[in-house]
Amino acid sequence: MNLNDTPEEAKFRAAARAWLTANARPKDKSKDRTKRVQKPESERLDSARQWQAKKAEAGYAAITWAPEYGGMGGSSIQSVIYAQEEAKFDVQGGFFDIGLGMCIPTMLAWATAEQKERYAKPALYGQEVWCQLFSEPSAGSDVAGLRTKATRDGDEWIINGQKVWTSGAQYCDYGIIVTRSDPNVAKHKGLTFFFLDMKSAGIEVRPIKQMSGESGFNEVFFTDVRVPDSQRLGAVGEGWKVALTTLMNERLAIGQGSGVDYSELLDLARSIELEDGPAIKNANVRSRLADWYVQTQGLKYTKFRTLTALSKGQTPGPESSIGKIVSGPKMQDLASFAMDLQGQGGIMDGDESVMNSAFQSQWMWAAGYRIAGGTDEILRNIVSEQVLGLPQDIRVDKGVSFNELVSNQGK
Amino acid sequence: MDFDFSEDQKLLKEQARKFLGDKCDLSQVRKVLEGDAPHHGEVWQGLCELGFAGAAVPEAYGGLGLGTLELCVVAEELGRAIAPVPFSSSIYLAAEAIKLYGSEEQKKLWLPRIASGEIIATLAAAEGTSPPHPRSLKTQISGGKLSGVKLPIADGAEATLAVVLTQDSLALVDLTTGGITRKAVKTIDPTRAHAEITFDNASAELLGAQGEGWQNYCALESRAAILFAFEQVGGAEAAMNMAKDYALERYAFGRQIGSYQAIKHKLADMYVRLELARSNCYYAAMALSEDTADLEIAAATARIAATEAYRFAAQENIQTHGGIGFTWEADAQFHYRRAKLLALTLGGPERWKDRLVSQLEKTNIA
Repeated sequence: MNLNDTPEEAKFRAAARAWLTANARPKDKSKDRTKRVQKPESERLDSARQWQAKKAEAGYAAITWAPEYGGMGGSSIQSVIYAQEEAKFDVQGGFFDIGLGMCIPTMLAWATAEQKERYAKPALYGQEVWCQLFSEPSAGSDVAGLRTKATRDGDEWIINGQKVWTSGAQYCDYGIIVTRSDPNVAKHKGLTFFFLDMKSAGIEVRPIKQMSGESGFNEVFFTDVRVPDSQRLGAVGEGWKVALTTLMNERLAIGQGSGVDYSELLDLARSIELEDGPAIKNANVRSRLADWYVQTQGLKYTKFRTLTALSKGQTPGPESSIGKIVSGPKMQDLASFAMDLQGQGGIMDGDESVMNSAFQSQWMWAAGYRIAGGTDEILRNIVSEQVLGLPQDIRVDKGVSFNELVSNQGK
Repeated sequence: MDFDFSEDQKLLKEQARKFLGDKCDLSQVRKVLEGDAPHHGEVWQGLCELGFAGAAVPEAYGGLGLGTLELCVVAEELGRAIAPVPFSSSIYLAAEAIKLYGSEEQKKLWLPRIASGEIIATLAAAEGTSPPHPRSLKTQISGGKLSGVKLPIADGAEATLAVVLTQDSLALVDLTTGGITRKAVKTIDPTRAHAEITFDNASAELLGAQGEGWQNYCALESRAAILFAFEQVGGAEAAMNMAKDYALERYAFGRQIGSYQAIKHKLADMYVRLELARSNCYYAAMALSEDTADLEIAAATARIAATEAYRFAAQENIQTHGGIGFTWEADAQFHYRRAKLLALTLGGPERWKDRLVSQLEKTNIA
């Protein structure tokens, strides 16, 4: 039992570090991690594109992909090692995760040879950005209940409907979309999958204003949008099968949340004076602090177990599925508790607040984090069904055509 | 990265699991619950004969000379089986204390007899209903004579040797000598016998230096907490599986109760707590085996996580069973009893949380 790299891993890490040192600046460690200075999006996208191109040229942009699509043909553990090293450097990322983590892998599995050739490399080099169009206002956890319609018209399809929670739609070049092509068959059977040009006529992107006041996602409206049949992925009516390829990759792409944690809470508790003395001496504060520390360490060491499996070339065990179930509520509860400790002062969300409103901001976004990419409840269903082998809930929508579902009557 | 037990360690774990599966199913645990024997003699004898008890005792003192990692995997299986044996008293506590603080002579005298199972040894720290602390401890040693009352002491009625925590020192007392009276103490988990021991000018010798009793006791506790945590993880997994099996077999309103989200989510929560505990235990096992600087933090972290995992699985296992789970004939009670016993042996969770935060403050990890 040890935490060391194997000799091959150590060699790969050294090479990655050397390349990063030659091409990027190390992070300034003195920077307070609660400070949030955001440059405008267009500036960040430009620097992300430049960094992505450099990385792709060196082979580090898609370590596990085959060399013919610009990858390195490497292993999952190499991918993790590179990410660990890159995290120590001050580089702009974040715009290509969905495209390279979900969209292009779906293309590589289902598109024609010419299409793979045409689209993989420009995405890898950051020249073209991709988004994923699955969720709809009436299809969230139950995404196969989606209603966006695709109607065939000769060699083309006409798409009408609305997607929601689409990250990056405002700057994306292409998207992958799942649509309903036949409402007269059962829910999962009548879906068809496409990729499309986000600049097509009839597409309108509107930002969603979140309850926090920020806008990180969009609604996307489709009005008679024409897509050539050659951009269909998989057979007509088999869109769900294609969507599963994407969703399988989603679990790998969505990482653990970051933000303020027990160490910031410990700092806060040291600085706050309660009626009976410093907050850090309060038994309840210590008890809560210990619980969150134990959870944070538990997730960290669970990750070590996953990395161990990858390092041995094995498939990671099901324990990796606990990450977001633990981290979502932890972040929300910890931020909420930190605000409570400040008493009335905890309501302040501006320049007068503690640690640049880090706790207030986390308290806001954690409410959404617990829903994005699988709600706490859906994740518990997945653990109980796929890990523990418990039966699915009784499904009233099985074998019923989409049109006849109660939820779709009269709409 | 190789954050896992070795193939040999996994094999040892399999052997322990097989032995306990064969010789110590829950009907055997029930025999101890319902009978008069303080522990299961046959199972204990088997564990000693097969070398599990002496696994981490050096060969020079009659053990197998394996490390603490081996002890961790055995502990997990003892916990899974809810084994009614004096393993933790003799091995995690007494043998470890003698290994850590004993003189060469003390080691030579006692370790071979403990490792072979010839005698049972135990740790006598508690003095009634308040957790032990230097401010409240009354037991004293002076001029080789020890006096005080200790309770509840695991395996105290049958032990031949006790490591006794006094006001200022740790001491070794041969319990077969004069000045000792013992009586059984009733506890929430009769599958692990406890006793009250009264020492009245009993012959004793120091274990480790005089005046270092409390700090040595705390260090011993941290190390033992990791082994207890592995027991708790084994128990939590067994309790979760018991609940899962019942959820698959029991029907209500025309369907398996395991198809209801109220039950599924409860079981998912057991799994989440179990995996957090297991991961924390792995790290603590590594810290124990390499005696790292963060051993105390790692031990408290594993201890807190494992206590919570077993508490939750044991109590919600009964809830999943419904009425039958509350009967004497059902096995769910074994986990409920053992989970609480393990949670309080070495002090309750709030104490460990307080200790953990004190360590975090000290290391200035923030």
